Amino acid sequence: MTAAIEATGVTRTYELDGVRVPALRGVSLTVPEGDYVALVGPSGSGKSTLMHLLGGLDRPTSGRLVIGGRDVSRLDPADLARLRNETIGFVFQAFHLLPRTSAVDNVALPLVYRGLGARQRRARAAAMLERVGLGHRLGHRPNQLSGGEQQRVAIARALVTDPAVLLADEPTGNLDSATGQSVLALLEALNADSGVAVVLVTHDREVAARARRQIVLRDGVIV
Amino acid sequence: MRLAEAWRVALDALRANRLRSLLTMLGVVIGVAAVVVLVAIGTGTKRKVESQVEGLGSNLLIVVPGQVTLGSAPSVSRLSLADVDAVSRVVGDRSRVAVTVASGELVRAGNRERFATVQGVLETTPAVFVRSLGRGSYLTRSDVDTGRRVAVLGAGVARAVFGDRDPIGQQVTIAGVRFRVIGVFAPLGQSLGVDRDGEVHIPVTTAHRLFGTTRIDGIAIKAPDRERINQLGDQVVATLRDRHPETEFSAVTQEQILGVLGDILGVLTGVLAAIAGISLLVGGVGVSNIMLVSVRERTREIGLRKAVGARPRDIGVQFLLEAVLLTSIGGAAGMALGVGTALVVQALSPIPAAITWWSLALAFGVSAAVGIVFGVVPAQRAGRLDPVVALRSE
Repeated sequence: MTAAIEATGVTRTYELDGVRVPALRGVSLTVPEGDYVALVGPSGSGKSTLMHLLGGLDRPTSGRLVIGGRDVSRLDPADLARLRNETIGFVFQAFHLLPRTSAVDNVALPLVYRGLGARQRRARAAAMLERVGLGHRLGHRPNQLSGGEQQRVAIARALVTDPAVLLADEPTGNLDSATGQSVLALLEALNADSGVAVVLVTHDREVAARARRQIVLRDGVIV
Repeated sequence: MRLAEAWRVALDALRANRLRSLLTMLGVVIGVAAVVVLVAIGTGTKRKVESQVEGLGSNLLIVVPGQVTLGSAPSVSRLSLADVDAVSRVVGDRSRVAVTVASGELVRAGNRERFATVQGVLETTPAVFVRSLGRGSYLTRSDVDTGRRVAVLGAGVARAVFGDRDPIGQQVTIAGVRFRVIGVFAPLGQSLGVDRDGEVHIPVTTAHRLFGTTRIDGIAIKAPDRERINQLGDQVVATLRDRHPETEFSAVTQEQILGVLGDILGVLTGVLAAIAGISLLVGGVGVSNIMLVSVRERTREIGLRKAVGARPRDIGVQFLLEAVLLTSIGGAAGMALGVGTALVVQALSPIPAAITWWSLALAFGVSAAVGIVFGVVPAQRAGRLDPVVALRSE
């Protein structure tokens, strides 16, 4: 099995008013293709920082980070954007859907930055919404959908580009437990069916326990 | 991202804040409309003045003592009828030479009176200048030779002292001396700020007696053709210098007058356009301001778009297009408003307004450019946003 993400001795230090604050102090991990891993740890442990790095939203201060076979430290912001578009799907706690945009167009958004035509985008987005069980909600806007449905739209958006890794940052954090369970079940089904690696960032032990394995962060290092 | 998609997103964003977009556009609308209207008025004024100068007659050469300068008082003339004869010999045709000696006098008939510009002239005046009679006849050579007390009245003067009565053959008193009215000019209206219907023409010989002078204020020559007009002017000036070595003379052609006036009015039009351009600039600052607000409000959206693969350039183009769209729509509306206003001004006021294509193109081009110039900073700011920070913002 090849690795979707490979981090070796990765550090990330923020500079706040001239004071250097280390958020990650040498993290090494591998996310193989099709993996299902939970990233856990108390707040301030550096999980968000690590997730941003794994998602190509940020670059490490030092260390080697390879996403989808590409060394992140050599990429400029435009190349990083393309890497995210092709390799990573994000699911956020707060859904982050565009409010005045229909479900199908929200899902199609990543394809806009691939230069696909509107018809092709819609077709692929509609198919993806069908897979997450929202084939009957294509034209609904986010405020016409329940929380669980909104998170399913977000999942469809994350997967419409057929990425290698899906990064889910507290995906059940804004949902009641029953809805959260079904969203997790959906993620697991997609992981099993399409082989997308799922990295689940959570502080919920029950959620983390469902993953194939757990990575625990504390004070910027894996314990 | 495809450009068509970027346009759609930009249009969508403007629709999301309809009132704000409209108010921002309003600044550009007013700026563009002001440019169009003020340039139209400047151009209209220029054309009107030019047509008035051309309306004096073609191939005109005007000879006056001293330098021709605008705004300074004319110097006292030393020209006399003997000089006019000498000029006529240079021109070779007496009928192409007109003269004037003018004085403001009271014209009275019965108990009605009006102040008029009384001009002593030769019978050649209608052949040199464009001047048509409404009724009666003009002065004749024998009127001039014998110094008859006959007068041709301007339409305004005739109306003031005779009302609806036919003035032909009637008596008028000019500066206390009785004259017989033999003709009335057709109404001309204002020309170059002078009321040309307030003139009275009498024979120059009669005028000399009436005013107690022998001077001639100026000589006008109708050149036989355009090509020789400057050469003829030089000859006339040289002749007059020989006769009056102590005085300077100058000859100006209609083209020179047009040139000078055209330059002045062109500068005036430019200044008006520049003043209007300032308001366009202010509109642009408003656009810049609103775009910065828009970027701030949509920081999360920018973060999300970046997360799913938007490059800095994609985000920058999106916001730049939004700004350009604001100013272009504003520019188009401003053009319509400007043209409409100019047409209303033209129709309802004495101010002439002429719409020119270049002013429309300029105003629209400038407004689109304003969108680019004032959209660049907000667009760059949006494009450079750190996606991590942007996603976290509330």
